Amino acid sequence: MSANTHNFPAQLPLPIDPRTPSRFGGSRKAASTLAALPLRGVLSDVPKVGLTDVCLSYRTQTGERMLALDHINLQVKAGEFLCIVGPSGCGKSTLLHLIAGLHQPSSGEILVDGKPVEGPGTDRILIFQELGLFPWLTVGNNVQFGMKMKGVGKAEREEKTRYYLRLVHLLQFKDSYTHQLSGGMRQRVALARALATEPDVLLMDEPFAALDAQTRDLLHDELERIWTETGRTIIFVTHNVREAIRLGDRVALLTFRPGRVKREFPVDLPRPRTLEDPTVAHAAGEVLSELREEIDRSLEAEYSTGLKPRIEAGVQS
Amino acid sequence: MKRALRLTVFYAGLFGVWTLLAELKIWPPYLFPTPRGVGEALYAGFQDHSFLIAIAVSMRRVLIGYGISVVLGMILGLGLGTSKFLEETMGGLLVSLQSLPSICWWPLALLWFGLSQNAILFVVVMGSLLSVTLAMEDGRKQMPKIYSMAGRNLGASGFQLFWYVLLPASLPFIVSGLKQGWAFAWRSLITAEMLYLSLGLGQILMMGRDLNDMSAVIAVMILIIAIGYVVDGLVFKSMESRLQRRWGLTSST
Repeated sequence: MSANTHNFPAQLPLPIDPRTPSRFGGSRKAASTLAALPLRGVLSDVPKVGLTDVCLSYRTQTGERMLALDHINLQVKAGEFLCIVGPSGCGKSTLLHLIAGLHQPSSGEILVDGKPVEGPGTDRILIFQELGLFPWLTVGNNVQFGMKMKGVGKAEREEKTRYYLRLVHLLQFKDSYTHQLSGGMRQRVALARALATEPDVLLMDEPFAALDAQTRDLLHDELERIWTETGRTIIFVTHNVREAIRLGDRVALLTFRPGRVKREFPVDLPRPRTLEDPTVAHAAGEVLSELREEIDRSLEAEYSTGLKPRIEAGVQS
Repeated sequence: MKRALRLTVFYAGLFGVWTLLAELKIWPPYLFPTPRGVGEALYAGFQDHSFLIAIAVSMRRVLIGYGISVVLGMILGLGLGTSKFLEETMGGLLVSLQSLPSICWWPLALLWFGLSQNAILFVVVMGSLLSVTLAMEDGRKQMPKIYSMAGRNLGASGFQLFWYVLLPASLPFIVSGLKQGWAFAWRSLITAEMLYLSLGLGQILMMGRDLNDMSAVIAVMILIIAIGYVVDGLVFKSMESRLQRRWGLTSST
């Protein structure tokens, strides 16, 4: 499909149009009830990850309730690469934390393979924005940490560690400590650590935001290659629209405070793509025009509370 | 090199002043022993194995007492650092207890445990437990939250999370508290040993007093200082530098 035909909202097939929440939510509920029945195998298209009316509110320091996420409905197919974009403060990271099971939603339902999420689980691994690599462990031990927690035997752990380190081209750094590596290398260690736990779903929280352009381009290629090779489902949060179009099968746009799914954009451009492809730029432009409104609102809110506005690199390109 | 020279000059000077004062015989030797007398006392003590036995007994006690403190203190500290309720209630009590010299527990320890090694251990534990607890609480709070989230995310929970994530993640923040706990444990032990005939270094020191043998007293003092210094240098210094290297806190990579 050429980028010109991206007249997104009107012709979208039903399951990815969030603007019909009642039909959408209704059908989801029916599906999840069915999924609990033994008939489940018949339903070939149980989404890998399904969010139904997920809300999250919290109490601020001044004591008022703040709605961070407002009735989020999202379905992610097995093996799909979904990108979530939105201005800072729209709750995209929080959404990943909820799917990872690190926090509980205030209301709504999060299903993975039709089963509700009740806590962290190694079927869903989150790569944090700040990575959270363990500085007291070597690269190799970081990578095999999840397997060790699962009780995988030493020989198998060693073998898989070598496999995944080779996959991210870091095998020769197996015995280094993380502070001895560059930012891009650490990013790859985090990726290997997440993959080595062999999750079905990989949750990535702005993983490449702090990297220089060359490293980021390389990691885009590597991530796409690994995704193709391993067939994982990936939910990728970013504030960079071009990056989202470059990587995603689909891009979901969140609104600013409270976070809602404003619109979803399927990306049917042929792979491999690059950030410089005119078609990528064109598709990004369409998402961006929708996003700009939200960025303006976020900047306004940040100015009015006297905070320094965070103008995001990559968004305006 | 320069540092070694400065140290040599300093200690040679100190030794010289001591020798000079002793040789001038301003005070009788039983009040102010000569370096030679102290050296002989040290030699004699090692010769008849009494010092070696005392060191072994004292080290065993301090290791047991300190070990108990570290385990209890880490559990307590982790609780305090995690639960707001515990922090508000017990936290204040612990801080105020820190101003109490541990030997004040001696009368109670005697009543509870009798004239036994356990009474000494109790005093040692009371001496070092608070430092370890407060250090662990502080470490738990200072530790970046990301580590515990990452650990849970990778499937660690309960004891695994504590042992493989929370403990190593807080080590750089608690190592100084562990060190302080060790110093308190060592001091409490010697104090308690001085009050009770019990073989350890403290008792030998008191024996020197009873025999009016100040050379032996100073010899034992030197031993106590030396052991404290060696443990600090060998165990804690190397632990600190190892941590710093691993965490990348030193510039020399």
